[in-house]
Amino acid sequence: MACSSLQSKFQELDHYIDTLSISDKGSALIPVLHKAQTIFGYLPQDVQAHIADRLDVSTAKVYGVVSFYTFFTMEPRGKYNISVCLGTACFVAGADAVLKEFEKVLQIKSGETTPDFKFSIIPVRCVGACSLAPIVMINDKVYPRVKVSEVANILAEYEE
Amino acid sequence: MERIQSFEHLKQFYESVKYQTNMRLHPLNQAPDFVQLPEAYRKESQKRHVMVCADTGCAASHSIGIADKLEETIARYGLQDQVIVVKTGCFGLCSQGPIAVVHPERIMYTQLKAEHVEEIVRDHLRDGHYVEHLLLGAREGAPTTLYDNVDFFRNQVRIATRNCGVINPASLEEYISQKGYLALGKCIQEMTPDQVVETVKQSGLRGRGGAGFPTGLKWGFTAIEKEEQKYVCCNADEGDPGAFMDRSVLEGDPHSVLEAMAIAGYAIGANMGFIYIRAEYPSAIRRLLSSIEQAKEAGLLGANILGSSFSFDIELRLGAGAFVCGEETALIASVEGNRGEPRNKPPYPASKGIYGKPTVINNVETLANICPIILNGPEWFRSIGTERSPGTKVFALAGKVNNVGLIEVPMGTTLREIIYEIGGGIVDNKQLKAVQTGGPSGGCIPARYLDTPIDYESLQVIGTMMGSGGMIVLDETSCMVNIAKFYLEFTVEESCGKCTPCRFGNRYLLDIMNKITSGKGELEDLDRLFNLGETIKQASLCGLGQSSPNPVLSTLRYFRDEYVAHIQEKRCPAGVCTDLLQYHVVPELCIGCTICAKNCPVQCISGSLREPHVINQEACIKCGVCFTKCPKKAIIRK
Repeated sequence: MACSSLQSKFQELDHYIDTLSISDKGSALIPVLHKAQTIFGYLPQDVQAHIADRLDVSTAKVYGVVSFYTFFTMEPRGKYNISVCLGTACFVAGADAVLKEFEKVLQIKSGETTPDFKFSIIPVRCVGACSLAPIVMINDKVYPRVKVSEVANILAEYEE
Repeated sequence: MERIQSFEHLKQFYESVKYQTNMRLHPLNQAPDFVQLPEAYRKESQKRHVMVCADTGCAASHSIGIADKLEETIARYGLQDQVIVVKTGCFGLCSQGPIAVVHPERIMYTQLKAEHVEEIVRDHLRDGHYVEHLLLGAREGAPTTLYDNVDFFRNQVRIATRNCGVINPASLEEYISQKGYLALGKCIQEMTPDQVVETVKQSGLRGRGGAGFPTGLKWGFTAIEKEEQKYVCCNADEGDPGAFMDRSVLEGDPHSVLEAMAIAGYAIGANMGFIYIRAEYPSAIRRLLSSIEQAKEAGLLGANILGSSFSFDIELRLGAGAFVCGEETALIASVEGNRGEPRNKPPYPASKGIYGKPTVINNVETLANICPIILNGPEWFRSIGTERSPGTKVFALAGKVNNVGLIEVPMGTTLREIIYEIGGGIVDNKQLKAVQTGGPSGGCIPARYLDTPIDYESLQVIGTMMGSGGMIVLDETSCMVNIAKFYLEFTVEESCGKCTPCRFGNRYLLDIMNKITSGKGELEDLDRLFNLGETIKQASLCGLGQSSPNPVLSTLRYFRDEYVAHIQEKRCPAGVCTDLLQYHVVPELCIGCTICAKNCPVQCISGSLREPHVINQEACIKCGVCFTKCPKKAIIRK
């Protein structure tokens, strides 16, 4: 079961690579990695090796690119990704205290995932909605003007 | 939309749609004479247009749902033949969002919620009465009707953001109704590539992404290269945290950027363009992809544009969260699928850019100025702004200012006008301390330079830079040392690590800053900051390293006293740096309710019931829980 779903994920990725209109395969690396992360949720070693193979580049190059860009992760992330915006407008409005509160309540540091894979905290540099500072996003849901005192209530929404 | 076969055909099409959106541009008292207008406009004008901002900022406060509910409710009241709802781009007044504007009355409703929709449709759209309590300014006791008469809008000149809030960005037809693609048609049909370059040169337009390099010169350098293959690249990697003008233009007026890229392609002899955009902007990405498709279907991009021999295609390249990729050579590396590491210049991208071919790289806002320059002429553009910095600049106004949002003003406008007239002053009438411009590469402008006219040169003189246009307003409660440290943490994290001055130097700079904000600094550290900062600036490979010490150096220059207070008195004057804070109970105010003691996570507060309590400073971890829990505000922070 798990195996076949993994297989279909690889098929989906292969299908995407086959339909790429980009002539130079090497320059398709970043779009392909974006796609792979959407499909798999993260970029483990075997996915990187597979991409290297398909695009005719070395695994070292793939790893180099994956490790360079903060958007790519080699660790699986939680079901709910908490992005606390740390852009300047949010910082001036107290985003660092909000981030600390999330870290305190969930007992993980920014960039980490809870042991039950429910929550990850992901640092974000500006989502460009500065009028709502400080802003927190949990997956696609936006929480504008978040106060430290609201953090526990926000997390309570995700209790199952 | 039908396929446009020629420039003549495009002009005919424009004539047929040009009245569709005109009503949204003219204030009621200056509306064009209805009798003179053809039947099409009169028919269209009988309808009201309700413009709802669907930009990321307003959408985050559920404006899309409000727009949908408006349509539903309008249909329920049977008004669908009299009113159309348009999802549009940013009006700029983001702090009042979600925003909706009703034309032709020019009524702006602010801070909308779904429950307000019924009232607007019934009272305004059906019965013709304004909904007073939702009007712009109503919450401040000054409801306004003609919205563009208020200071925020009256003092702006919108060129790059001309269509934001005016058209539906998803409609190519509406873009054409505002003279869209006429500039491209004019270039292809009536101008030689050289004339296009010359026009942009004469306009004096300078790069809006940071350094202010003349755009026409850049085009000229690329145009004279003899290579067969050349590229145009739009830099939409808006990395400055706190700036969002590029995102707003891309979401609110995507075709203006596509059209300008095609014009650049025609001018320099390129048939291919890339848009390098941050992955953090998903709705701008979606908008661009669908706009490129639309333009191709209409024959305005792709092969043989407008029936000419000129072909131009555009592809998107996504960033993946690396600030350094805003630097030209790092951007090129990233477009090619590599780690985004910069390289030495020369060779400049104009001769060796993407895939080693001559490439012109322009920022989004720069490109958004191109079409009006082609249509209105360089003299028109030069008549706006200052002599050396013609035109306008878009600023993302944020921080401790009342009207947070996006503004566009002529170059040469003073900070005082921006903050106090357009920005509506400081939140809670506090004292302005400084304005930070240029993001992590820029510096701060102290309050005493409020009357400096803003252009590229004047900002350099006072030790900062234009940057991409992020403008963060800081008041008396902001700690300048802490702000400088914030930007430094940013650059340390974003340094690509290729060159030592940036990789090591900034980290060491940050160590010193941490030492100061934790109360362990010594006065000699200030000289160390200065010397090291200057060295990093001189020795770093790319623009990131060369400008990364700026926030430290400029706060050191203007707010040395704050640094000294942190070092000598072990005190943060603004009360921000946690390590230097102490919480105290004011005995006269304490009623001995024990709430603070019960909530203290380290049990460092002692005292009996109904007796003043005391905080043990040795054990206190400065979490601030007691401060927020005290019902009598008897705990102070100093």
